[in-house]
Amino acid sequence: MSAVLQAEGLGKKYGKRWALSGCTLDIPEGRIVGLVGPNGAGKTTLLNLAVGQIEPSAGSIRVLGGSPASGPEQLAKVGYVAQDTPTYAGLSIAEHLKLGARLNPGWDGALARERIERLGLDPAHRAGKLSGGQRAQLALTLGIAKRPELLILDEPVAALDPLARREFLQGLMEAAVENSLSVVLSSHLVSDLERMCDYLIVLVKSRVQVAGDVDELLAAHHRLTGPRRDAATLPADQHVVSESHTDRQSTFIVRTDGPIHDPAWTVGRIGLEDLVLAYMTPAPTRPTLEAIR
Amino acid sequence: MIWLTLRQFRVQAAVVFGGLAALGAVLAITGPGISDGYHSGLAACGTRENCSQFTARFFNDHRSYFGALAVIVMSVPGIIGVFWGAPLITRELESGTHRLVWNQSITRTRWLAVKLGVIGLAAMAAAGLAVLAATWWSGPLDEAAHDRFPRITPLMFDARGITPIGYAAFAFALGVTVGVLVRRTLPAMAITLVVFVAVQIAMPTWIRPHLIPPETGTVPITSENHGDILLNGDAFSVQVRGVPGAWTLSAETVDASGRTVGDMPTSLAAGPCAPPPPSADGGPPMGPAQACFDAIAELGYRGKVVYQPGDHFWPLQWAETGLFTALSLGLAGFCFFWTRRRLS
Amino acid sequence: MIEFHLDPGSGVSPYMQLVRQVRHALRLDLLRVGDQLPTVKDVVAQLAINPNTVLKAYRELEHEGLVAPRPGVGTFVTRTLAGESLAAHGPLRQELRRWLAKARLAGLDDESIEALFMTTFRAASQEDIA
Repeated sequence: MSAVLQAEGLGKKYGKRWALSGCTLDIPEGRIVGLVGPNGAGKTTLLNLAVGQIEPSAGSIRVLGGSPASGPEQLAKVGYVAQDTPTYAGLSIAEHLKLGARLNPGWDGALARERIERLGLDPAHRAGKLSGGQRAQLALTLGIAKRPELLILDEPVAALDPLARREFLQGLMEAAVENSLSVVLSSHLVSDLERMCDYLIVLVKSRVQVAGDVDELLAAHHRLTGPRRDAATLPADQHVVSESHTDRQSTFIVRTDGPIHDPAWTVGRIGLEDLVLAYMTPAPTRPTLEAIR
Repeated sequence: MIWLTLRQFRVQAAVVFGGLAALGAVLAITGPGISDGYHSGLAACGTRENCSQFTARFFNDHRSYFGALAVIVMSVPGIIGVFWGAPLITRELESGTHRLVWNQSITRTRWLAVKLGVIGLAAMAAAGLAVLAATWWSGPLDEAAHDRFPRITPLMFDARGITPIGYAAFAFALGVTVGVLVRRTLPAMAITLVVFVAVQIAMPTWIRPHLIPPETGTVPITSENHGDILLNGDAFSVQVRGVPGAWTLSAETVDASGRTVGDMPTSLAAGPCAPPPPSADGGPPMGPAQACFDAIAELGYRGKVVYQPGDHFWPLQWAETGLFTALSLGLAGFCFFWTRRRLS
Repeated sequence: MIEFHLDPGSGVSPYMQLVRQVRHALRLDLLRVGDQLPTVKDVVAQLAINPNTVLKAYRELEHEGLVAPRPGVGTFVTRTLAGESLAAHGPLRQELRRWLAKARLAGLDDESIEALFMTTFRAASQEDIA
């Protein structure tokens, strides 16, 4: 399977601050990829690098085998719905579709018109007067109708109310099936993405904490609960993601590919949300039991 | 892309070209009357003296409109820079739409090229139309004011010929450049205005005089060509007026050895050049007597004028237009670099 | 045609929820042989879920021999679960009722009954696997 997005040591620096660093990814084709992380973690930076909006300060990135935004062909292959779904306030919906048709050789006018019609939008309406949800739908229509192979969306539903959010995501998933699109979308809430994603990237503090197939991630992560003990005593193949202790009990979330044999542990599966939260919680610097007492 | 550029540019274009059309209409209505008045007056004036009186009066009658028109032509490039150039990119950056348009199947370079090309040409066309209309309307007045306001002098130079087109291109490119650097519309507009006005002032003050080497003439000071005469107690000085139809850069008095002098010897002030008594009818005193000029010539004082003669008008126009075209291209090149590398 | 729904808090993976809903409908005779399942696109558009989830659920059902895809048309039910087990439902339900009555007599409240049932059920299924 070929890769949709490959990054190698990718980094972006603004002034002295690294907005993204040491990012290495290999996202396979045909996935719905969720990019999750708290605000300011570098999600927008990563997506902007992927669409060629900005250039990397370090490392390299290839999208669909090409360098982002390197030419019209590359631009045609990647659709982008930017944060806050910008549209031209002074232009009508019909003019936006015309814009799409003029600037994209692969433009699917029928698809665009049909989508606008189904959404119940008046083509003569100015984009500036649309509601947030409608504007997002218009931006999505522009992204889909250019017939990209990969559609990238930056926090598309963050500003939408629950109904508009649902409608937007329904439209997105439908388009993904219909056009066999690969999709990368970011959110600071995993609950937005849980149902849709089959590939997850967790980005915290400008670094990729974990990335992989959702099913594989869920299968490899366990919650261990048992009598209090130190993280250092766990087997080497069990990577501690997060830990919490009371005076008698310890709870670890570990990542391991092998089975867990220790009978002292109650082993539980964790959901995607818990998994993401475990990576978002700052990992304590492995304190020893003595140090805690 | 051309469609989008024109669509986004619609309102601003309508305002400027609408204003120009209104101006053109006013000029078209009033122009023939002025031309007729001038030519019939010239035909009727007869003697040379009468005719020169007529042209002076004719010019004075229309001088406020004439001046206002020149100012309008001069301000067209500035308006273009501030209202077309500065917001061109900042508007996209402020609304985030650059992230929409830069992800259509068109490179940023092409996007900017079309925008700069189409609107840059419109800017030059606007300035060209303004200067064309103004030159046509002012034709009789330019002729009447040839000695007092030659077209090569600073204010007229910027409102005639082809430099306004160069200025328009430059102002537009300047506005866009400031815009991509500042990224915010209002500050960009303000900075563009300040910088452009500074350039408009700096150009005739420091640069234009040297674009083509000026000519220098040393002439005797006579009752015909003398300019200001200063008589202040013992200090006496007199300078020559410039060459008719030329742009005088400096006029000074030199002594027999060619050295620049400020005041002339006090002997002149006390002697032949002493102010004559007030005339009997209480009118202003007449100029110095011929004896004064003879005495000046005898002492070897002459007037030295550095000037750009009237026939330097077109070479200077071309040189300045070329300079601004080069500056515009430089700024445009910078915009391409900056838009590709630094904007996001 | 049936309509799917997802319970986000159930802890059951979305694909398994879809599989169970189809089995459930087959058992209750809501779906019969020859009926069409909603297309992947319809399910995706309705639930806003990952298309692969639907594909995986349908593949699982196909593997169990309950449905079969007809290329270009859709996925159709090929076998029903109603007949074989529906007949046994009555007696089993009666037995369960009797057991419940006994449990109440023994002083178990609803929650305890449920917990007892679930732990026994799980233990039994684990023994079956082992």
